[in-house]
Formats: sequence, structure tokens, C-alpha cells
Amino acid sequence: MSNHNTFLIKGADLVGGGRQDLLIKDGVLAAVGKAAPKGATVVDADGLVALPGLVDLHTHLREPGREDAETVSTGSAAAAAGGFTAVLAMANTSPVTDTAEAAERVFDLGRACGLVDVQPVGAVSKGLAGESLAELGLMARSRAGVRVFSDDGKCVHDARLMRRALEYVKAFGGVVSQHAQEPRLADGAACCHEGELSGRLGLPGWPGVAEDVIVARDIMLARHTGSRVHIAHVSTAGSVEVIRWAKAQGTAVTAEVTPHHLMLSTSRLEDYDPTYKVNPPLRPDEDIEQLRTALADGTIDAVATDHAPHARHDKEHAFAEAAFGMLGLEQALQVVNTVMVQPGLMTWQQVADAMSVRPAEIAGLAGHGRPLAVGEPANLTLIDPSATVEVDAAQSHSLSRNNPWHGEKLIGQVQATFLRGRATLLDQEVITA
Amino acid sequence: MKHLLSAANLSRDDALQILDTAAQMHDVQRREVKKLPVLRGRTIVNLFFEDSTRTRSSFEIAGKWLSADVINVSAKGSSVSKGESLRDTAMTVAAMGVDGLVIRHHASGAPLQVTQWVDAMVVNAGDGTHEHPTQALLDAYTMQQRLGDLAGKRVAIVGDLTHSRVVRSNLILLRTLGADVTLVAPPTLMPSGIANWSAAEGFSYGYDFDEVLPDLDAVMMLRVQKERMSGGYFPTPREYTVGYGLTRDRLRALPDHAVICHPGPMNRGLEITADAADEARSLILDQVSAGVAVRMSVLYHLLGGAEA
Ligand SMILES: [Zn+2]
Repeated sequence: MSNHNTFLIKGADLVGGGRQDLLIKDGVLAAVGKAAPKGATVVDADGLVALPGLVDLHTHLREPGREDAETVSTGSAAAAAGGFTAVLAMANTSPVTDTAEAAERVFDLGRACGLVDVQPVGAVSKGLAGESLAELGLMARSRAGVRVFSDDGKCVHDARLMRRALEYVKAFGGVVSQHAQEPRLADGAACCHEGELSGRLGLPGWPGVAEDVIVARDIMLARHTGSRVHIAHVSTAGSVEVIRWAKAQGTAVTAEVTPHHLMLSTSRLEDYDPTYKVNPPLRPDEDIEQLRTALADGTIDAVATDHAPHARHDKEHAFAEAAFGMLGLEQALQVVNTVMVQPGLMTWQQVADAMSVRPAEIAGLAGHGRPLAVGEPANLTLIDPSATVEVDAAQSHSLSRNNPWHGEKLIGQVQATFLRGRATLLDQEVITA
Repeated sequence: MKHLLSAANLSRDDALQILDTAAQMHDVQRREVKKLPVLRGRTIVNLFFEDSTRTRSSFEIAGKWLSADVINVSAKGSSVSKGESLRDTAMTVAAMGVDGLVIRHHASGAPLQVTQWVDAMVVNAGDGTHEHPTQALLDAYTMQQRLGDLAGKRVAIVGDLTHSRVVRSNLILLRTLGADVTLVAPPTLMPSGIANWSAAEGFSYGYDFDEVLPDLDAVMMLRVQKERMSGGYFPTPREYTVGYGLTRDRLRALPDHAVICHPGPMNRGLEITADAADEARSLILDQVSAGVAVRMSVLYHLLGGAEA
């Protein structure tokens, strides 16, 4: 009889450790190397790469408020299918996660579901209104232990409020994650990168500089306050330049990039397909190239999905009126493999850093992003790095179907995910508790 | 050609053919009995998400004179606020068994999106700040009536280029017909990426109206929307008129043979002086009268002419 809590992963390519067997027992890695205990469920990992379980700094789970688009449960399943063991759930739900109670509720829903650790992000301002601070300290002290604060979806554009938030979170080691976008420069209902294509399509352009100026401002504020700022979904070469400069100065800034900004260019908008309407907008090839370089050289610390599920009817509008956002959890690792690893821009060790180790550090998640070593929590992911997969949006675990990679051939297939020793994905099947 | 969504859907031959047929339709308009039987039994729906009495009536008359059944559906206001998606609205209308949909929408790209959901032929009757291809056809028609073949003719389009649906269609169609086109506007009202765009499509652009004026065969003045004045695109109406209005001085500098177009409605005294609007070389009323003939031609070619 096999033991559901004992797994023997045979012959995986361990990041930084060569080809090894991994023994998972009682939620931890009990042995690395040769081991053959009786009763273990054997997972043939021949040709698979083992990574520490992925951590997503930027997920929209929609619960509470829009359970028709996603729930904690369906979002968790999508996360497990994508190789994630922890996700940070953004605060722009309805009601907004701006109190300790709201944060605990999301936290508890995640634990009850048990597929992935759902860590709530707290709002910076009450109701995301950008006017006064939410109860940052109470959220931090709550059972959810909130450490990341963000008004994501909106920019904290008031410089004084941003300064106060940065100062205040120092008391409990928090970080402010900024959706960098100067609202006056990104005016207009539609969303298209400002450039030749927006001119031709007659869509209001959102210039890259609307992002750059906030990144620059917030870096100066972080420097002034001696606090940590995190830049969400960096999308422009200008932001990269400023972040690179700031890091060289020793400023405590970290940054993330999404899989879609690494792969999809603004030319996808040519047919006004709202699937590709996202905030910040898809950018031209020149920006994409800089984002890839910055991720590879560590200027950008992490890959984060900005997984943004939407019900079908919220996307079936004229482009200017359709909802912003696209799915990201299930294909993130495939996309990174396709555009970064396969072309030789990144090693698997760097992928582990960008998708697990650094995000866990930034978010202060102690049990995640750990090396695959004896005694560590058994949070890990197995990927077949060479399988070519044509993405079918209908196969998603998400409740929504706004998948920008539908019909695309991506390289790599996530095979298994383990959360504290429990298989949440095995042979590509999500295993609910 | 299944739909007319953009002036880019028209080859030079298509465009010339539509303009030729429009001339014949124009003759029909002068008859006592105006009906032609060519679209009998066909149903056309004018699906207007945005008011435009002039364009809607023009399409309505065009359809009726071709003997089609024409139905006007007003879907005004944001479909989002009514809770119905663009897809729902389009599918509902299409389910009534229509042959042609004439769509006006406040959002760029909406008519193109609709073609993904319905089988009916779609004509773009103006979408957001994107295109208005039948307006470009009627502009070309009126210019051609006065100037002859447009190949090699010099045309300037002047005004709020960023927010004009007319300029994009005109630019494309005039280039297809071989005209030399120059876009003139203050830099704040010039479409983004204009440098690459002009290089790729072979037109020129500039900020100085007076520089291009003496060489023109036609000048097309665009309406300046009142909201641009508060939007900080230029300091004052007075300054706009001095820089970019078709003033009395500029009228004198314009060659005698050159014609003046304006898609209307005009802000007299802002982008165009009253004198210019009423001049003999102003085609502004001809543009309106050509509208029906050109739309008859378009509907005929898309819905009736396929078998011919
Ligand atoms: Zn965001």
C-alpha cells in the first residue's frame, strides 16, 4: 500500500544539484540522493527538472466579490497546475482587503482549500481610494501576517501618501508594491501603448513614461525614507533603466515582470482583441528585449503573473470598454522556459531564484523559496522542460478563459507540484484534499 | 471584399469602381423616381451606438433607394452600463436575419470585433477615433468631380488629427488613389508614432500650415472638438485659429483652383472662416449631397454587386 504522504521522486534534475532522487516524508525532504523506502509512491522524474515550489507575488483571486470570475478555490487549482505553492492575493476585491478581518478571511479560505498557500496583500489606502492609509499595522499583526501592501489596479499617486506608507511599514518589515502609472499621463478609457500602433488604431495611448516617472519618484521616496519599495509589473525600458541605476546606488528597490510582458508585444492589439487588453499595456519589442535582459541580469528580481481572471461577458465589449487583464498562473513557467531558458538567456537556477527564492524573500514567506535540501519543507515543482504544448484555454482550472496564450505553442509542461509534502498536482492532474 | 471596415479594405480598383458607380447613383438621385430594385428583399440594419443623424439618414436613404428594407436600431449609451455586451447586442440583431449591418460606435475597432461574431456584411459608419471609410469615399468623390483624377494631386488635412476618424480613412484612401498627402496639426494633436507611420505609408506631415498652402490642390479642414480646448491640447481658440485656421489670409495664399473640404459640422471662425466655408471652391455642400450616392454604391457593391 502506498503512503499518500511519502513520495520517492526518482531521477529529477535538481537545480544546482545534478540528477538525484528525492524522498518526501512527513511534509519535508527526508533524503536527497539514493533512497528506496518501501511504501512510497514513486514518481518517475526522468528528464524532469525539480524547482522549489513557485511563489507568485501578484495574483488576483476575485473572491470575495467576483466569484463568477474566480474563487480562492479555482485560483488555487490554477496555481497548483502552474507549479505554484504560494500566491499573494491582491487586495482589489469587493470588499477591498483593507482590514485585518478581510485579510484573515482570504487567508483562511486559502488554507481550507489547501492547494497553495494564499497570502493576502493588504491595501495601502482605505478602499483603494488613494486618500488615507488602511490599517496596515493591524493587517500585519493579524493571523494572516500581511507583509506586502498594494493598491494594485491603481497607482498610489499622491506622493505624500506614498511616503507615509513607505515609512509606516518599516515598523513591521513590510513592503509597498506599487502599480506605477501616473494617472494624468495615462488618461483615457482604452489602453494601448502610445506609439505608432495606437495612432493607427485610433486608441488612446498610454505612454511608457507614465510608468517611468512613478518608478523614479518612488525610488527617491524609498531612498529618503530608508524603506523598501517593490515595483509591480515593470513594462518599460525606461523603468528598467531607473531601477538599474537605483540598485547601483544601493536603494532597496525590487521589481517584478509578468510572463505576458516578457513575451507578447503591442502588435497583438491589431484586431482590437480584448484578450490582450492589460494594464500596464503590452509594449513594443524594444521594451520586451530590455525586460528580458533585466530579468536575466537580476535588475528585475522576480517573475509575477498578474493573473487577472475575467468572466466572458466582461471581455466581450468594444476594446475601450472591456476589462483589463489576462490569466497567468498556469502558463507562467512555460512562458519563462520558452522565452528565457530555451534561448539560453537564463539557467534553471536563475528561474528558481526569480520564481521562488526572491519572491518568497520579498514577501517574507519563511517556508517557501527554500533550497531542495534535507530537512526543508517539501515545496517543489517538477517540469518537463522539452515538451511542446499547444495551449487550450478550455482546459484551464481557472473559472475564466481570458488566456492570451490560447493556441500558442509553448515549451515545457508542469508535471507535479508538492505543498508541504502533499501532491497538489500529479501527472498534470490537480489533486484536491 | 466582404466588409468595409477600413479604407485599407479597398484596392485602387475597388475604390475607382465604387466612385464610378457613385456617379451613376448620383444621376439616379436627380430623377423623379429614385428607386432602383437591386437590393429588393435584402434587410439592412443601421446599428448606431452613437448619435449621428447625418450619417444615419444618409445610409437609410441609400438603402431605401436601392429597395432594401432598412431598420434603425439605436443602442446609444455605453453597452457596459446597460449590462449587455457588444457581442450580445450584435448577435441579437444578427439573429433577426439581416444581410447587412451598418455600425456606428463610440469605440475604435467595434465594427471589426462584430465581424467575428456575425455572418452579415458589416459597414463601418464611424468607429471612435479610428476610421470612417464612407466619409473618405465621399470626400474623394467630391474632390474628383472638381479636380479630376486624384493621382498626383496635393492634399493637406489640417486640424485635430489624433481624435479624427476621418483623417485615417482619408489618408489611406487618398494614398490608394495616388494623391500626395500632408498632415498638418500642432504637435499635441498629431497622432503618436507619426514619424514611423509617415515613412511607412509615404505621406508627409508638418506643423506649419503656411508652408504647404501655396502648393495645394485641396485642403481638408477638420472639426476641432470643444473638449480639446479644455484638454490642454492648445492654449486658446484664438491661438489655434492663427496657427491652423483657414483664415482670409490663407484663402488668398491658396491657389485659385484648389478646393476646400470639411466633413462637418463646422466651427465657423475657429478652424474655418465663414468666407471660406461659403466660397465657390468650397465643396462642403457637395460632400453632403454625394453622401447618399456614395453609400448607395457601397451597399450595392457589398450586398448586390457580388453576383454581377
Ligand atoms: Zn497592477
